[in-house]
Amino acid sequence: MKPIGLYIHIPFCNGKCPYCDFYSVMPSEEKIDAYVSAVCKRIDAADRIYDTVYFGGGTPSLIGAKRISEIMSHINRTPDCEATLECNPSDTGALNSDFDFGIVAKSGINRISMGLQSANDCERKSLGRRGGCDDVERAIVKARAAGIDNISLDLMLGIPAQTKESLKGSIEFCKNSGAKHISAYILKIEESTPFYRIKNTLALPDEDETCDLYLYAVNELEKAGFSQYEISNFSLKGYESRHNLKYWRCEEYLGIGAAAHSFVDGKRFYYERSIDDFIGGTAPVDDGEGGDEEEFIMLALRLSEGLIFDEYQKRFGKRIDKDIIEKSRELEKHGLVRVTDNNISLTVDGFLVSNSVICNLLGY
Amino acid sequence: MAVSKDKIRNFCIIAHIDHGKSTLADRLLEKTKSVALRDMTAQLLDKMDLERERGITIKAHAVKLNYVAEDGEEYVLNLIDTPGHVDFNYEVSRSLAACEGAVLIIDASQGVEAQTLANTYLALDHDLELVPVINKIDLPSADPDRVAAEVEDVIGLDCSEAPRVSAKTGVNIEQVLERIVKDVPAPEANDDLPLRALIFDSVYDSYKGVIVYVRVKEGKIKPGDTMRMMATGAEFTVVETGYMRATLPEPCKELTAGEVGYITASIKTVGDARVGDTVTTVENPASEPLPGYRKVNPMVYCGVYPADGADYENLRDALEKLQLNDAALTYEPETSGALGFGFRCGFLGLLHLEIIQERLEREYDLDLVTTIPSVVYKINLTDGSMVEIDNPTHYPDPATIASCEEPFTDAHIYAPADYVGAIMDLCQDRRGIFKNMDYITPERVDIHYELPLNEIIYDFFDSLKSRTRGYASFDYEISDYRKSNLVKLDVLLNGDIVDALSFIIHSEKAYSKARKIAERLKEHIPRQMFEIPIQIGIGGKIIARETVKAMRKDVLAKCYGGDITRKKKLLEKQKEGKKRMRHFGTVEVPQEAFMAVLKLDDND
Repeated sequence: MKPIGLYIHIPFCNGKCPYCDFYSVMPSEEKIDAYVSAVCKRIDAADRIYDTVYFGGGTPSLIGAKRISEIMSHINRTPDCEATLECNPSDTGALNSDFDFGIVAKSGINRISMGLQSANDCERKSLGRRGGCDDVERAIVKARAAGIDNISLDLMLGIPAQTKESLKGSIEFCKNSGAKHISAYILKIEESTPFYRIKNTLALPDEDETCDLYLYAVNELEKAGFSQYEISNFSLKGYESRHNLKYWRCEEYLGIGAAAHSFVDGKRFYYERSIDDFIGGTAPVDDGEGGDEEEFIMLALRLSEGLIFDEYQKRFGKRIDKDIIEKSRELEKHGLVRVTDNNISLTVDGFLVSNSVICNLLGY
Repeated sequence: MAVSKDKIRNFCIIAHIDHGKSTLADRLLEKTKSVALRDMTAQLLDKMDLERERGITIKAHAVKLNYVAEDGEEYVLNLIDTPGHVDFNYEVSRSLAACEGAVLIIDASQGVEAQTLANTYLALDHDLELVPVINKIDLPSADPDRVAAEVEDVIGLDCSEAPRVSAKTGVNIEQVLERIVKDVPAPEANDDLPLRALIFDSVYDSYKGVIVYVRVKEGKIKPGDTMRMMATGAEFTVVETGYMRATLPEPCKELTAGEVGYITASIKTVGDARVGDTVTTVENPASEPLPGYRKVNPMVYCGVYPADGADYENLRDALEKLQLNDAALTYEPETSGALGFGFRCGFLGLLHLEIIQERLEREYDLDLVTTIPSVVYKINLTDGSMVEIDNPTHYPDPATIASCEEPFTDAHIYAPADYVGAIMDLCQDRRGIFKNMDYITPERVDIHYELPLNEIIYDFFDSLKSRTRGYASFDYEISDYRKSNLVKLDVLLNGDIVDALSFIIHSEKAYSKARKIAERLKEHIPRQMFEIPIQIGIGGKIIARETVKAMRKDVLAKCYGGDITRKKKLLEKQKEGKKRMRHFGTVEVPQEAFMAVLKLDDND
C-alpha cells in the first residue's frame, strides 16, 4: 500500500493563547493517558504505512517525551519518514523540565517545529506567549544536542505594535538560530478567540501596513536564504515540510485525534472537537469526497511552484481548462499571476490576494 | 330588466389626487345600499393593494347603483371611476366619453389644484355636465366658502347649489345623489340603430378571459351575437352580458343603448379589446366607429432585468400576465453585457413604470434591476433619414448625426405664491422655458412652463414636492419634439463600456452628471485585485475619471492542519457573495453600485 501522511492532534495546552482557535484543553495526567491510548488504538486499527508524521496541537510536547515515543512505536514508518513534533519551548521547560529530546529523537522524531512568533519579548507577551525567546534558544540547543537538526520556527506577521524593525530582529533571530524552515503567518483575528473581543484595543497594523510587513518578510527571508515555497512557508533548499506539502499537493493523509482532519481513499472526514468523544471511540464525521479538480487547483496555487500542467494531466487525465489559462493571462497583466508553458503560479502580490485570484480563476 | 332610458344617469367622479374621490365613491355605494355594510372595506373600488396604498386609482372601474330619489322614482346610476394620474390621461378621456356628467370634487381646504383644472377641461371637452362637490368639510382647515368662490372664479362653475360634504363622515351624501339625478342628463339612446359601444376599460379574468367594460351608445348586444372590435377587426362570439355590481357581476339578457355594462367573449388578451375601441356586431354592423380612438404609445422606456439571471423566465411570465391586463405596457427581450438577459419595457409615464415595477416585485416576488428611464428621441442622420431611439445602446455614431430632437411637455404647476421662486429655480435647472404665470387667487399661482420630458421622468415630482413642502401640484402633457443638443454618456470600467449605465443627456449637464456618477461608482465598487479606472466619456472623450484602488490582502495565511473543507467553504462563501455581483471582464460590480447610479438625483 502506498505510504500516506499521518497527523496526530494533541489537544492539550497549559493556557490558551488569545489569538489561537485550535482545539485544546487543560491537561490532566489521567486524561492524557486515556487520550494517548485511544490514539494508539486508532493507529493500530488503521494499519497503514506512513512517510510523514506530524504531531500538532495544542502542545504535543506537553504530554512528555515518553508518551510521544510510545505513540511513535505504534506507527509503521518508511525508512525516510519525516516525523515532526510541535513544541512549545516554554512548556518543554516548565511542565516537563526534563523534556528529553533524546528520547523523542530515538523514537524517530527528526523534525521540531516551535512557535517563536516573534523574537521581541514585548510582542511575544502581547500574543500571550509564556516565556521569553531565550527559552526558544535553549530548546533549540537541546534538540540539536539530541541530533535533531531540522528545526522550523513559526513567525507571526501583523501582530500588535509590530514594525519592520522588530520584524527584522525576529528574522535575524531565525537566521542565527540555525533553523532550516520558517512559517510566517499573517495574524488572523478569529471570531471565537479573546483577541476578537478586544480587537479594537489592540494596536494592530492596518491592512496596508500588514501587507508591507508580509512583503518585507518575504524579501528578508529570501535574503537570509529561506526561499518561499508556499504563501506562508519558507525554507533552506531541501528543507520544505514534506508533510505540509501533502496538503497542498492534494495527497492523502490520516488525521488522528480530536478535531483532526483526514483525506484517505478519496474521502474527507474528521473527528469532532471533543476529547471525550475521541477517547470514547466515536466514529469520525464524513466530510464528503475530496481531491477533485477545483480542490487540486485551489491548493496548488498556494505553492510557489503553482499549478503544474503535467501534474494536473497526470492526475485527472485531461488538460487544464483553457478558460483558467486565459483568465490567468488577464491577471498576469496586473502582476498577480505568472503563466508559463508548464505552470500557473501566483506572484507575491498575488499571494496577498490569493482568495480573489483563486476564485477568479475557478470562475466563482 | 329594461329601465326607462330617462331614468339612467351615467357619470364619473373627477378630482385632484387625494381630494377624496374613492372615499366619496364608497359612500355612494353605501347610501344606495349597493353593498352590505359588512362587505365594506375602505375604498372598495380600488381593488389592487397598490391602489389603496398609493391612494390613486390605476384602473378604471364601474359600478351600477340603484337609487330611489326624493321624487319617488327609481334611478339607475352608473358610476365610472377614472384613473387618477396624468400617465393615464387617455384612459381618463375614454371613461369621460362614456358619461353624460361628472362629479367634480374639490377639497374644502386645498381648493383648485392642477388636476382639478386638467380634469375639468377634459370633462368640458366631452360636453359633460359638471356637478361640483366640496369635500372634506369636516377638516379644521376647511373653508368651503372660499373654495366655492375659487371654483366660481377659476372654473366659472356655479357653486351655489354645490353639496358640501364629508365623504369621510358621510355628511350630506344624499345631496350628491340628488344633484346627479337632477343635473346629469339622461343618455340619448336609440336601440334600433346598429350597435356602437365604447370600450372604456378591459380587465383579464383567468376564468372568463377578458371582461370588456362598455358604454352602449346605440343599438344593443346580447349573448350569441358576434361582436367585432372596429379598430382591431377582432371578432368574438358574446358569451355573457351584464351589469357591474359593487361586489359581484350581474348577468343580463342584453345591454341596450344608454346602458353601461360588461361583455365576455372568451377574449384572450386585453390587446384585442383596447380602451377606446368601438364594439359593433357582425350581424348588423355600424358603418363608422365612435370618435376618439387612438393606440396609446409608451412615452418612457427602461430595461428591466432580473437580479438573479435564473429568474429570466419568471420575469417573462410575469410581464406576459401583466400585459394581459395592461395594453399600454410593451416589452421586448434585450440583452445587456452588464445585466444579462432582460426586457426593454415601454410605459405611459414614470408612475406607470413604478407601478409595474412594484407589481413585479410584490405580486411576482421578483428582484429587479432597472436601467435609467429614457424617453423616445428622434435622431436625424446626415443621410437625411430619421431614427427613433428609446435605448441609449442604439444611439448612432455621433459622426452620422445631423441633429437630435427630444419630446417637450406643456407643464402647469399650481402652488402657493410663496414657492414661486423655488419652483422657478427647479424648472430653470430642468431646462424649462417659462411661458407665463397666473394668479388664481392672491395666494395661489399657476406657473406654466415648457419642460423637456426627459427632465421630468426622473424625480422631478419628488424634487417639486420637497421644495414646496408638498404644496405644489403638477400636470403635464406631451406637446412636441424640439431640436436639442444631446449627447450620450458612456461609463467605462477598466476601459470597457458598461452598456446598462449609458444614457442620453443634454450636453450642458453632461459634465456635472459625469462627475457625480464617477464618484458614486467609486464609493460603491469594493476594492478588487487590481486598480480599476472608472471613466465617463462622450464618444471617445473622457470627461470624468476616478480610480478604485487595488485591494491588497484577502489571503488565508494558514491552511488549517489539513482542514481543506474549511478553506473550501470560505471560498464558497466568497462565491455566494459574488452572486450579487455583475461581471465585466475581470471587474466585479455589486448591484448596489448600479442602483446608486440609477438613483442619482438632484440632491446628490
